Amino acid sequence: MLKGRNLIDPQDFTVEELEDIFKLAEEIIDNPEDFIHLCDGKVLGTLFFEPSTRTRLSFEAAMLRLGGKVIGFSEPNSSSVSKGENLADTIRTVAAYADIITMRHPKEGAPKYASYYSDVPLINAGDGGHQHPTQTLTDLLTIKVAKGSFSNLTIGLCGDLKFGRTVHSLIKAISRYENIKFILISPNELQTPEYIKTEILHKKSLDYVEVERLEEVIDKLDILYMTRVQKERFFNEADYIRLKDSYILDNGKLKTAKKDLTILHPLPRVNEISMEVDNDPRAWYFRQAKYGMFARMALIAKLLGVK
Amino acid sequence: MLSINSISKGIVIDHIKPGYGIIIFKHLGLDKADFTVALIMNAVSCKQGRKDIIKIENEIDIDLAMLGFIDSNITVNIIENEKIREKINLSLPDKVEGIIECKNPRCITSVERGIVHKFVLLDEKEGTYKCEYCDQIYSWEG
Repeated sequence: MLKGRNLIDPQDFTVEELEDIFKLAEEIIDNPEDFIHLCDGKVLGTLFFEPSTRTRLSFEAAMLRLGGKVIGFSEPNSSSVSKGENLADTIRTVAAYADIITMRHPKEGAPKYASYYSDVPLINAGDGGHQHPTQTLTDLLTIKVAKGSFSNLTIGLCGDLKFGRTVHSLIKAISRYENIKFILISPNELQTPEYIKTEILHKKSLDYVEVERLEEVIDKLDILYMTRVQKERFFNEADYIRLKDSYILDNGKLKTAKKDLTILHPLPRVNEISMEVDNDPRAWYFRQAKYGMFARMALIAKLLGVK
Repeated sequence: MLSINSISKGIVIDHIKPGYGIIIFKHLGLDKADFTVALIMNAVSCKQGRKDIIKIENEIDIDLAMLGFIDSNITVNIIENEKIREKINLSLPDKVEGIIECKNPRCITSVERGIVHKFVLLDEKEGTYKCEYCDQIYSWEG
C-alpha cells in the first residue's frame, strides 16, 4: 500500500510496489485521457530550495495532467527561507496547505529530515549529490519499456559517479533485480562513493568493475547511462585534458556497441553526448524525459491513494 | 602502587580502552559530580594489558548505547554491598544519537538549527555507522 507513504530513498519501495507504479504509468501512457480528473481538488506543493527546470516542470506537468493544482516556490530567495526560517517550520506550514509535497534541497538528507515534520506524503526531488529517486523511477520505467524487464543486464554508468546523485539512486534501485552487472566508468577522482560500494555492491556481492575509459567497455553494455563530467570536479587540469574526450559519446564510439544498446541520460546534456547521436535509434534520453512525467503522475496518484 | 577503595553501592565501568576513560567520564558529566567518583587511567589488565576504569559511588543512569558505541568490550558492573549485583555486557547499539556529529559539510545537519545528529548501525563486524541523513560512514574514533 503506497497511500500516505514518502519517497526519500530509491529503496523505500519494494520491487512489487515499484511494479505497481510502472503498471499505472504504462496505463497512463496508453490512455492519458482516462486520468485527467484523477487528482481533482488535490494540491501539490513544490518546494525547490535549489533551482531546477526539468524536474520541477515535470512534477508540475504531472499534477496538472491529473487535474490537480500546484503551489510552491522555485528558488529559496522567493520564500520565507530567505528570512531565516528553518526547514522543519517550512515543511510543517506547507503540509497544512498541500496534499502532497515534492522538494529539492542542496543539502544531503534534507528530504529525510523534512519527512519527519510532514503530515502529507513527501517526495525527494533531489538532495545535493545524494539521491534522486524520481529520476530513478524515470530511468527504470524507460529501461522497462526499452528492454521489457530489469534482469540480466550489463549496465555502464559513465561520467561523474561521485557527485552524480542519479547514478547513486539507480545503482541502489536496480541492484535488487536478477543478474545485474555494473561497469563503472569514471576518472579516479570521480569514482562511486564508498557508501554505495559498501552498502550495495559489496553487501549484495554484485558483479562490478571500475574502469577509466568508455571505449574499453562499450561493446559489453546493454544500458549506457551517461552523466556530465565537469571540469571543476577534477583535481588537476592535466587529468581533465587526458580524459575529457573519453566521456563524450559520439558515433565513433558507438561503432562497437551492441545493436540494442539503450543510451540514457538524466538531462540536461551539455556536450557529453554529441548531437549526432540524437538520431541513433539507441538514443532514448528524450523519450526518457517524457516517461519521467508519466512516472511522476503514477507516483503522485499512488501516494495520494486515488488509484 | 595506587590504591582506590572499592565502592559499597554504585557502578564500575571496566575494561575501557586506555585513553577513552576521560571521554566517557566527561560525557557522563562526572566532572561535575557531587558524589564520589574515580577515573583510573592505564591500570594493569590481564585481558588487555592496560585499561581505564571509572568507579561511581552513586546510582546514575548510564547511557549504555553510548558506551557500546565507543567500545562494545566495556563491562558495566552494578555494585551493592561491595559486591557485583549485575554485570552488563555491551553490544553495538542499532542507533546512536547526539554522541558524534556528522562531518559532511554537504549534510543537512551542517545547517539546520536544532537537528539531532543520528547514526544507524551499518556493519556490526566493522563497527561502522552511517549518518541517518546523508549516509556518510563513521566509526568511533574518540
